[in-house]
Amino acid sequence: MTLLDVNKLSISFGGLRAVDDFNLQIEKGELYGLIGPNGAGKTTVFNLLTGVYKPNEGIIKLDGEDITRKNTVQINQAGIARTFQNIRLFKQMSVIDNVKVGLSERFKYSTLEGVLHVGKYRKVEKEMNEEAMKLLKVFDLDGEKDTLASNLPYGKQRKLEIARAMATNPKLLLLDEPAAGMNPNETKELMDTISLVRKEFGMTILLIEHDMKLVSGICEKLTVLNFGRVLCQGETKEVLANPEVIKAYLG
Amino acid sequence: MSFLTYLISGLSLGSIYAIIALGYTMVYGIAKMLNFAHGDFIMVGCYIIFSVTASLGGNPLLGILVAVVLCTILGITTEFVAYRPLRGAASPLAVLITAIGVSYFLENVALLIFGADIKSFSSVISWEGLSFAGGQLRIQGVTIVTILISVLVLVVLQLFIKKTKQGQAMLAVAEDKGAATLMGIDVNKTIMLTFAIGSALAAIAGALLCSAYPSLSPYTGAMPGIKAFVAAVLGGIGSIPGAMIGGLVLGIVEILSKTYISSQLSDAIVFGILVIVLLVKPTGILGKKIQEKV
Repeated sequence: MTLLDVNKLSISFGGLRAVDDFNLQIEKGELYGLIGPNGAGKTTVFNLLTGVYKPNEGIIKLDGEDITRKNTVQINQAGIARTFQNIRLFKQMSVIDNVKVGLSERFKYSTLEGVLHVGKYRKVEKEMNEEAMKLLKVFDLDGEKDTLASNLPYGKQRKLEIARAMATNPKLLLLDEPAAGMNPNETKELMDTISLVRKEFGMTILLIEHDMKLVSGICEKLTVLNFGRVLCQGETKEVLANPEVIKAYLG
Repeated sequence: MSFLTYLISGLSLGSIYAIIALGYTMVYGIAKMLNFAHGDFIMVGCYIIFSVTASLGGNPLLGILVAVVLCTILGITTEFVAYRPLRGAASPLAVLITAIGVSYFLENVALLIFGADIKSFSSVISWEGLSFAGGQLRIQGVTIVTILISVLVLVVLQLFIKKTKQGQAMLAVAEDKGAATLMGIDVNKTIMLTFAIGSALAAIAGALLCSAYPSLSPYTGAMPGIKAFVAAVLGGIGSIPGAMIGGLVLGIVEILSKTYISSQLSDAIVFGILVIVLLVKPTGILGKKIQEKV
């Protein structure tokens, strides 16, 4: 079953067509890679999918629902969560509080109950803490729940960002260059984390990556983007063997 | 003994500045704007209390309650009508100028309704106060109540921000608006809540201010508003404990310089201290240096 269905997506900035006639179909449970040279428009695609930019043309459907014109909050609620190329955690907040921000749309109590610490406040906060701890345990961050996010080592900040995204209970997880700036050991650990997310949550994942070892190691399908257009699409092995792809990457 | 008396009354004035500064600093921290009409919310709060108690003969506590509710509504409305449409405007100056406009608007509406003459304000706190050391050290009831209320406000506010999801959402928006929206946080709702809290605090500050200095005019809020802004900058704008410390320092300096140096020079000294602190530590006492993203 198709989870994400993108048709003829285009956006221009000034005279530049940053993404042009972009199509993408992702099946439920798939791990899909979006690759391409620098400036090909990969992050722009993510920004279109999450509503940061509005496309000039095209339709984005998630699980059959048209989300093209929705704003970022509505798209998050519809089921898309993401991480960022340059980690954007809430650095002055603790590890558990970062995850709780991700949870907060699903757990409700009124502001007045919060101010006075009465009513549903205690019960809901307890549930939120339990849910957050469950997530942190999956990502092996439960030992550092009270650490400030900015004090975590780099690899763990990446993990926490994925955990925070998972806290919004998405159907589709977008990872923007998760291995950027990582050493081979950290990359290996990241690959394990991604497999874990798939195993634990059956998550569908779309990731942007430059690290070819990671891409060929875990992605089932690939789309190659070049100058805002799709160069090649299909099974990972076939795509990576495509002479045009090799040319685009090696010049 | 007299030094101690002055110190305590400085602490009390500082507490009022601190409560006002909290409103400034929260709005700045979360909405990234300076609400220069904040001082005038205080004045509106005072006139509401004045109307309920003096004109309608109501209970002072009822007056404060009504003022808090109406000021909250005023804050939310101002944000919705005047500031929200300008969010994302090309220049942050647009919203700053609008805030100054809102300030003049409120002052002139008050002038129209209540006139320019100064209303004498009967204190909402009727308690005589305490006397120590055989009457050598007397502390007025207003002073004690003011200090206690500001401590209470700070504690409740800190608990709210640290321990509730709405407070955490505020911190998240303050740090990274974009990332917060992508995690499903409604930024508009969060900013509205910030204005609601800031304006409610302004009403409380108004009640305390007019109890300590019982005269009321359409310009009552302007000077305390500016001084509270100074307090917020002094403490490190955006920081809640910073606003509290800044307010207290400002109040104590003002009263002590009025007493021991010159009452005419006290404001000059207060602002002079701001200049010196900012020269030494441009981010304010508790302000953090923001690292630019590379």
